[in-house]
Parts: sequence; structure tokens; C-alpha cells
Amino acid sequence: MRITLDDVEYRYQVNTPFEHLALHDVNISMESGTYTAIIGHTGSGKSTLLQHLNALLKPTKGRVFIGDRTIEAGKKEKLLRPIRQKVGIVFQFPEHQLFDETVEKDICFGPMNFGVSEVEAKKLARKAIVQVGLSEDILVKSPFDLSGGQMRRVAIAGVLAMEPEVLVLDEPTAGLDPRGRKEIMDMFYDLHKVRGISTILVTHSMEDAAKYADDIIIMHQGTVFKKGTPQEIFSQPEQLLELGLDVPDTVRFQLKLQKELGVRFDHPCLNIGDLAIEIDKAMKRGNR
Amino acid sequence: MLDKMIIGRYVPSDSVMHKMDPRAKLLLVFLFVCVVFLANNVVSYSLLAVFTVMLISLSKIPLRYLYNGLKPIFFLIVFTFLLHILFTKEGEVLFKYGWFEIYEGGLMQGLFISLRFTLLILVTSLLTLTTTPISITDGMEELLGPLKKWKMPVHELALMMSIALRFIPTLMEETEKIMKAQTARGVDFSSGPIKDRVKSIVPLLVPLFVSSFKRAEELATAMESRGYRGGEGRTKYRQLSWKTSDSLLMVSLGALAVMLFLLRS
Repeated sequence: MRITLDDVEYRYQVNTPFEHLALHDVNISMESGTYTAIIGHTGSGKSTLLQHLNALLKPTKGRVFIGDRTIEAGKKEKLLRPIRQKVGIVFQFPEHQLFDETVEKDICFGPMNFGVSEVEAKKLARKAIVQVGLSEDILVKSPFDLSGGQMRRVAIAGVLAMEPEVLVLDEPTAGLDPRGRKEIMDMFYDLHKVRGISTILVTHSMEDAAKYADDIIIMHQGTVFKKGTPQEIFSQPEQLLELGLDVPDTVRFQLKLQKELGVRFDHPCLNIGDLAIEIDKAMKRGNR
Repeated sequence: MLDKMIIGRYVPSDSVMHKMDPRAKLLLVFLFVCVVFLANNVVSYSLLAVFTVMLISLSKIPLRYLYNGLKPIFFLIVFTFLLHILFTKEGEVLFKYGWFEIYEGGLMQGLFISLRFTLLILVTSLLTLTTTPISITDGMEELLGPLKKWKMPVHELALMMSIALRFIPTLMEETEKIMKAQTARGVDFSSGPIKDRVKSIVPLLVPLFVSSFKRAEELATAMESRGYRGGEGRTKYRQLSWKTSDSLLMVSLGALAVMLFLLRS
């Protein structure tokens, strides 16, 4: 499902002394079946932006196209539920939304809100819990007896069980250990590849963005600073560093080689293998 | 949601009222509530009204805010007025229609009681509009200080109050966050039949309670690790200072009480 934002602006608390412009002039498009990463500082408008993707927030100016639906500023919109079923959001620290007696009931909550029968929902729960890398016997436990990492996975399973066409992830690995981090990111990537789910990842991690995303959108002060493929984005690493953003370690290393030793590269390398090949090429050229 | 919270809360300004000692303001409200009951005729009630208007002008609070404070109890005021009109049967009959009679005493009583209500609400909302919650707590702790002799946990009560006040915005934020997360999972908080809406409260309340308990525990640990051990020998960052204007206000309140006592019939 394709999501397009057309000239979107969003202001918090309009007509009060606390009015605050959070987004302006946002024009982006996320094609069906792609993996997009949104990167930016805290307060750059990332979280506000992602709430527009399933109509939790309505723009105060401009339009948002979600599949065949249009959310327009100033228009009353009804029947938003189908949109929310198709666009699943995993919020930051999603384990805070767990509430039911058992893990199974909690995972079934989403699908049943969208009209799935109990039997069917239980099947979905079983499928989802395996997908997030937990065993089925956890289903009968109370979500509050689990460890932090397990709770996170259960909460994610709750969104996956809704079988969304688009998955929006807001820093899904914040606060996890490195192994859990990798496992969860790999799981989302698998889902994206195997089931063709469009994925939108909001993250601080340039490594993750470089590794998984087809497209990267850089947000800065409430608007889009830059968008493009990882290659395009990281071809001018200085620009990102100036904004106070990070670049992947490999790109940082390239930059250093360039500065200190004058080695020139044709393109940014986003993984170590690629970097080794490029360094080898450069050595053979002997351009230093 | 946060938009609505502006109403009935502290309005920053640098008026005489704002700069006064919270103890003076608390005493004022408390004593005013007692003094109000001295008034029982037209002259004494008008005196009370004049005093209230004076306080309002000292506070420089826009009337809109005061009106908002009155709105929720407007129904109560009208209700008491009607009650008196219907059931107080004193003095001359002013109006008669079949069994329905309005007596002079009923009308006067109704007016007086409603006025009394209005004045009480105005003065108490002046307190909260001109004083930050934290200084109200400070003032209260100081005023209740003498009760420590009788083993009243005054400091602890004040601490409880300030912690509660401190966490209201945090809780609001949290509520909004969880509401959004559950909305994304298909809950509809704003429409649908009442039964469904009541049911949809559960996925909101349970996470709120869980996180509140967790936060309380964390706060307790944080306080303990910084060596907090109650009010004994504890010095204060915010010092209260009783000024001439505070004494003046107390004197004027005393004068009001004396005059009311002389004027009442």
C-alpha cells in the first residue's frame, strides 16, 4: 500500500498560547513493498510524522493519501478503523500498552477489534508469537510476569497479528541488548522480504538505516532535509555530520582515510565487505 | 486534552495578589469562608461583595477565568435559589398563582444564599489562580506546622500533595500515549455505543496503573538513594516571607469581620 504526504503541515494546540509548529512542507511518498527509514534528531518531527501514517493525527494543512483513502486538513473523517488495520504502528516502548490477563488475550485484542473471530484471532496469535521468536507456551502466561525483552516481543506480536500491509516502527529496539536488537531487526526485515510488508522505520541508528532501508528520509526542524537511497544519502557524509547526525562506521572510516591519507572512493560503503573491496581497489590504483 | 487543563489553573502575572505570601492567602480564604456566614442583610452582603471585588481587582485575573471557575457550580447556585423560593415561607406574599406562592423572605434568602455561594467560589478560585500549586503546598505545611506537636505527619502530607501535583502532567502525557497506542490497535475511544466505550477504558487504565506503580517505586528508590529522610531538620529552598502587604490584608479582613458583626441584624 502506498502512502503519500502532500504538503503536510501540523501544529499542536492551535489557537492557544502553546501553539507549536511541528511539521511543515512535508512532501514524501512511500511506495508499496519498500523499506523506508526516517532519521532525525529528537524534536525533528519524526514522531508527529509517523502518527499521520495511520490518521492518528490529521494534518492542519495539506493531504495524506493512505492507499485509496485521502485524509485532508479540515475535513471530518469517518471510519478510520480500516486504515488502522492496514497500517500497524509499533510505538516506542510498546510493552507499556500490554494490559490483558494472558499474552494470548492481549495479542488477540487487536485482530478482534478489527472484527476477526475469536478462533481466528487465536490462530493469528499463535502465528505471531512464533514470528517474534517466542515459544507458544508463553501464551497462557500473564504479560506482566515476563522479562522486558519478552514483553517487547509480545507487544510487537500484538501488532503483527493484525496482519497489516504497512508496518510502522518507532525505534522498536530502544533499550534492548545488542543480541535482542539484531534479532528483532532481522525479524522485521524477514517479514518485509517474505511477506512483502511495506516497512517504515523511525530510528536513530544509521547502521540499521544503511543496512535495511531502500530509502532514507532525513528530518530536520520539522521538515524533510534530504531523501534518497542510502548510497545517495551517505555520499555526502559531511552534510549529515554538520547537522549533528551520525553516519555508519564504514562511511566514517572512509571519510577518515580520505582526510588523513587522501584515499579517494567512488561511492560510500555501507558494509565491511564492500569497504574492504574498495580499499583494495584504491590501493591497487595507488592514488595517494 | 492538555488544552482543557488551562482552565481553573494558575495564571502567571505579577499582581499584588500573586506576590503575596501563600500563608496569607490560605488564611484569607479560610477566614473568609467563616466570615461570610456573619452577613445576613442587604448592607452586610453588599459589603462582602465589595470586598470580593476589591480582591479580584488586586489579582488582575481576567474575568473570563473567574467565570470559567463558576460555570461548573452554576447549576448548584440556581438550584439552591429555586429551593429557597419554593420552600421558605416568611414575610409577605409577593406573588400568588393557585397553590404557588413566593414570599418576600424566600426571595431574599434565595438571593443571599446564591450570592454567598458565588462569593465563596470566587475567593477560593482566586487562591488557585494566583498561587502555584507548589507554593500552596509550602504555605499549608507552614500553617499546619504547630500540629506536629500532636504527632501529625505534616511534612509527609505536604510531600504527598506536591508529588501528586507534580505527576498530573506526566500522567496526562502517559494517558495520551497509551490512548494513541490502543487506537492504533483498533480501539475507538470517542464514538460507538456507551457499553463499548466503557469497555475500552480497561486497555487504558491497566497500563496506566502498572506504570504509576512502577514510577512510584522508582521515585521512592531515587529519594532514598539521595538520602531523603523526612522533614526533621530539613532546610528549605523556597523561603516564605511575610510582608507588610500580607499583614495589611489580614487587618482589612479583620476590619471586614468587625463591620459585618456591627451591621448584621
